[in-house]
Amino acid sequence: MIELIIIFIKTAVVFGVVLAHVAYTTYAERKIIGRAQARMGPMEVGPYGLLQPIADFIKIFFKEDIVPMNAEKVLFQIAPLIVLVFTMINLTVIPFDRNFILADLNIGLLFILASASVAVYGIILAGWSSNSRYSFLGGLRSASQVLSYEIALGLSLAGVVLSAGSLNLREIVIAQHNTVFGVYAIPQIIGFIVFVISAFAETNRAPFDLPEAETELVAGYLTEYSAFRYALFFLAEYVAMYIMAFLCALCFLGGWTIPKFIIDILPFLEKVPGILWFAIKVYAFIFLYIWVRATLPRYRFDQLLNIGWKVLIPAGIVNLLIVAFIKRLGL
Amino acid sequence: MGQLEIEKLSETKFVLQMGPHHPATHGVLKLYTEFEGERVLKIVPDVGYLHRGIEKLAESKTYPSAMTLTDRLDYISSMTNNIGYCLAVERLMGIEPPPRAKYIRTMVAELTRLSSHLLWLATHALDIGAMTVFLYAFREREQILELFEKICGARLTVSYPRIGGVRVDIKEKVLEEISKFTEIMLNRIDEYEGLLTENRIWISRTKGVGVVSSEEALSLGLTGPALRGSGVYYDIRKLIPYDAYSEVDFEVPLGENGDTYDRYLCRIREMKQSALIIRQCIEKMPEGEIIAEQTIDIDIPHQGKRKISAGDSLWSGFIKFVDEKAELIPPGEIYSAIEAPKGELGFYIVSDGSGRPYRMRVRAPSFVHISAIPKLCEGHLLADVIAIIGTLDIVMGEADR
Repeated sequence: MIELIIIFIKTAVVFGVVLAHVAYTTYAERKIIGRAQARMGPMEVGPYGLLQPIADFIKIFFKEDIVPMNAEKVLFQIAPLIVLVFTMINLTVIPFDRNFILADLNIGLLFILASASVAVYGIILAGWSSNSRYSFLGGLRSASQVLSYEIALGLSLAGVVLSAGSLNLREIVIAQHNTVFGVYAIPQIIGFIVFVISAFAETNRAPFDLPEAETELVAGYLTEYSAFRYALFFLAEYVAMYIMAFLCALCFLGGWTIPKFIIDILPFLEKVPGILWFAIKVYAFIFLYIWVRATLPRYRFDQLLNIGWKVLIPAGIVNLLIVAFIKRLGL
Repeated sequence: MGQLEIEKLSETKFVLQMGPHHPATHGVLKLYTEFEGERVLKIVPDVGYLHRGIEKLAESKTYPSAMTLTDRLDYISSMTNNIGYCLAVERLMGIEPPPRAKYIRTMVAELTRLSSHLLWLATHALDIGAMTVFLYAFREREQILELFEKICGARLTVSYPRIGGVRVDIKEKVLEEISKFTEIMLNRIDEYEGLLTENRIWISRTKGVGVVSSEEALSLGLTGPALRGSGVYYDIRKLIPYDAYSEVDFEVPLGENGDTYDRYLCRIREMKQSALIIRQCIEKMPEGEIIAEQTIDIDIPHQGKRKISAGDSLWSGFIKFVDEKAELIPPGEIYSAIEAPKGELGFYIVSDGSGRPYRMRVRAPSFVHISAIPKLCEGHLLADVIAIIGTLDIVMGEADR
């Protein structure tokens, strides 16, 4: 009974903290892009616009939930839920610290990849059920984009799995900590780059934000959505960003640990709680997301697929081969 | 597009009615498009959503008051529209503005070119997804609009030039500010180039997109940077110089391949040239009158024709009644064109001597450019259509009139 309550509290804490982060990531995004673009970002609600996410939430929650007349109503209504549920569920297998994990699955990494694929169904259904041409195109684009990039993403992570010898995220981090560099990003630099690019595409973020390319497809699969259903998509997108940031931190940057050679030089760093290192790595990745969005134009759809199939997948395979050789030679 | 035609389409085609309300159609352009997957099969532009009957309205106004209508043609570069119109009427009347007015006009026309190109760059980059350039460009455009406000009090629909000159003189202080602004502008153009010119994504999105050869461009009637991007040397400022363009030194940037990237480079280089022209104008600007002696301001109230001659009477409003049948403007017809930021802006005016244009026809570059969209979009993808609309620099106010 006590255990159940503890699990319940832990779940509430994780989901609460992540949702609060999502809310303030939107704020951070607007502020950072604002600075990049020589303007202020939100300033009106609260000091320095700090209450803006709350105001946005209240506004969007009280808006009318419009379902288009010709839409496939049931699918239209559950599509955002599918996306959100299968994105949020990934949070359960993320180890935030040495001993802080909701479900210590043996196949944690596989679980994340699998549920990310299911989440795409939500987007495809949203695009199709809206019965709008822009939504339809957005849904199609999203389907082919996520399918193509999932392979590259999987290949880059396969290198990690091979080196660590486990699909359990916690064991990956521990195995990583025991290597010379302490992070997989250095020996598997190709895999790391492939992962970062695929992560951008996988979460439909700039420069691969084609499914919702506002200037071509109005808002892609989101075109017909309004009020809290729109907010659910939005939430899912940001949670997905965080999931990718978590994965990057865990699989390539050493999770809650810092490399041993750094501890040898600066021993006091060992006393810093692991969750802090984890947070720093995640925030850095989120910042990268925002920075890229402020800087780069958008790829065209065929170019996007070309990069996926002709560059990233071969690079992922090369990375996997290198890792396999290293592993075989016992280096 | 009629209902029948849509029904006839086979099932493999994906019909998309883009616009008139679409974020990337620059106003109210509507494109009827057929896709196969995302590849364009057919594209038919549909214009007229912003028709306000400007040409017809001009017939009921006197020559000076019809000028305010030209502001609303290409509302992004109202100054050049005014100048084009004034020039046509001046040529019809056979008067010439004084040198200072010529220099002022050249200067404000180039400022307008800068502001128009900035808006083009902003929206073009935004269409391709580079969000930051959009806000950078608007920052500088705001400065230009503020300069316009200091020059004549209006920001957007300026109506600053007058038939035979300009409305008010520019103060020395404002000239200094403009001169300072050109320096800022030249630096900022480098900043935009840093974000785009060598950006791999930008290049892959624009190189080889919307290619139009020089012959095709000529036969489609493209003008301005859209034509020069294909390497055709056609710039009215050089070929038929008006105002002070014959007295300033500038280059006409030309492209080679006639694709979106070359047109982008053309416009960027043109912006630099514009900044240099503005500087030269300020340096060489002579003192003197700002409006020609022979200028008339016509007012036709119910009592009869009145004629106000220029100079002091313009200010104090002395009115001289003239004979009912007197000819205020020599009868005849004229086509006069200038190099507007978007291309050749021509005014064809027929005068019957009544003081009102008998017919005014505007040759608007945007309208001609829209007709080139199907040709440029041949075999391209949906995302390229957006880039092509952007590269042609279309303003619907001018196309629909």
